[in-house]
Amino acid sequence: MKILVAVKRVVDYAVKVRVRPDRTGVDTASVKMSMNPFCEIAVEEALRLREAGAASEVVAATVGPAQAADTLRTALAMGADRAVHVLHDPDPARPLLPLAVAKILRALALQETPGLLILGKQAIDDDCNQTGQMLAALLNWPQGTFASKVIIDKDKQKATVEREVDGGTETICLDLPAVITTDLRLNQPRYATLPNIMKAKSKVIKKVTPADLNVDVRSDMEVLRVDEPPKRKAGVILSSVDELLDKLKNEARVL
Amino acid sequence: MAAAVVAGALRRGRAGAGGAAERTLRRLVSTLIIAEHEGGLVKPSSLSALAAAEAIAKENKVSLLLGGSGPTLHKAAEHAASSHPLVNEVLVADSDIFAHPLAEPWAELLRSVQQKGGYSHVIASSTSFGKNLLPRAAALLDVSPVTDVTAISEPRVFVRPIYAGNALCTVRYTGESPCMMSIRSTSFSPATESMSETKVAPITQVDLSFLSEASSRKSSWVNLTSQDTERPDLANARVVVTGGRGLKSAENFKLLEQLAEKLGAAVGATRAAVDAGYVPNELQVGQTGKIVAPEVYIAFGVSGAIQHLAGMRDSKYIVAVNKDADAPIFQVADYGIVGDLFQVLEELLEKIPDKK
Repeated sequence: MKILVAVKRVVDYAVKVRVRPDRTGVDTASVKMSMNPFCEIAVEEALRLREAGAASEVVAATVGPAQAADTLRTALAMGADRAVHVLHDPDPARPLLPLAVAKILRALALQETPGLLILGKQAIDDDCNQTGQMLAALLNWPQGTFASKVIIDKDKQKATVEREVDGGTETICLDLPAVITTDLRLNQPRYATLPNIMKAKSKVIKKVTPADLNVDVRSDMEVLRVDEPPKRKAGVILSSVDELLDKLKNEARVL
Repeated sequence: MAAAVVAGALRRGRAGAGGAAERTLRRLVSTLIIAEHEGGLVKPSSLSALAAAEAIAKENKVSLLLGGSGPTLHKAAEHAASSHPLVNEVLVADSDIFAHPLAEPWAELLRSVQQKGGYSHVIASSTSFGKNLLPRAAALLDVSPVTDVTAISEPRVFVRPIYAGNALCTVRYTGESPCMMSIRSTSFSPATESMSETKVAPITQVDLSFLSEASSRKSSWVNLTSQDTERPDLANARVVVTGGRGLKSAENFKLLEQLAEKLGAAVGATRAAVDAGYVPNELQVGQTGKIVAPEVYIAFGVSGAIQHLAGMRDSKYIVAVNKDADAPIFQVADYGIVGDLFQVLEELLEKIPDKK
């Protein structure tokens, strides 16, 4: 079985982003970019499944500008076997939407015929939490979203997925092929070692365009503007618990 | 240059063809809400979706869709029928297939109901159920949904947070109907006004003949492990007390639970506290956990990472107790105490009277 993992290049999670003065978006020109943390977890899970014998090959894919190849190299350095780069230069006013990404990934899935697709549950830039669900719908495959544990039964062609849901943990069983999206709790991604980073340089990254895949990336969403969130007014440091109790009683009125 | 383009787009949207389009739209607004229910009642998060429907249009014809089986479904349908003046119809999908929140049959249901009803808008709440289902249904209908809407300024213009709430993005949906969205329930106050008995909306059974054997069998539900708790639901609580890594152990979280008891509060946690095994995952507040906006949020031993602030920055009052005076949490806190959280906790427990 082959596993296809989708990864996205985003502003590093530790960066405090700034809204551009012209309010057309967030400043991404000179900030550190990294692989989306949920995608790292997806790559790690695919590698662990391969190491456990449940999969024979791990293919990483991304949709993005030329620089997104770095993110694929990271996936290859972690241990992915090869990669596919769907080149797309984003337009800030008409961003590439999850539906378009899902259509691109469907086209790749039909070419690669993986037994399992793993994605992160959301990208930390657009915070959409949509692509995996949409991809599953387009392929008419079952979905296991927000996964915190994945068990593959190769003989029965089934995946048992524990999901993080409001109020607890839900367990579901999916027929393969299926789409799984990762929650933070699924695993601890490995670091790429220097020898593996060197090895990754000789691994193959195939380049294609959405047009090659016959996918229309038209966007149904127009970004009118991007604003800073309202600033909270400066708070006060209290010197005693009694003062806090007084504030809770007389200002917040919860006592 | 880019600014001029956006400004131009804005002007066109207001004065030109966009304005006429909005006017036509306003006449044709009808909304389908996917409502969740529990114990015979519509959940508060779904009542928030009604407030969002009202924000789309004052005269919005709203249909509420409920699924499941058994007497609680029908009790919830009655509740739904009298939950808001805008409710025009309650649609009930009565089948064991919908007893559990599996995305595959639910998305088929939503597609079928939309194709029959031709709604201009479809709303779900950003709960784990809504987030799992809505994008799947949207892809079946070949439309792009909007995630986590926090404000509605026109029927197709929405505000949503991006980058963990560090930027607010205003988008116009320009695609085909329906315009689908998940709403952040803490941004829309649940409709509380109950209607008089005479204005109860009709309840209709959904025709389920669309359900094919194949699609409903690709996934199956095994079980749900839930934390039974007497305390209020984290997402809807008036007061939330949260612990971070500073709490140091699961044992110490008991102190926080005692304080929560006294305040009638829900208990939350940071990712660090969850990862350290002090509390279960579903208590995590933040970009990847729950989004809360209580009256008062009291954070003990929480440093205030970007990802945590994303989940609580809209709280009315934020109180921070931390020994590190430079912790970023103090930049958003209304009231801060720099000191040992255990001393503060003990003193609060001593001085706050028991809830009557």
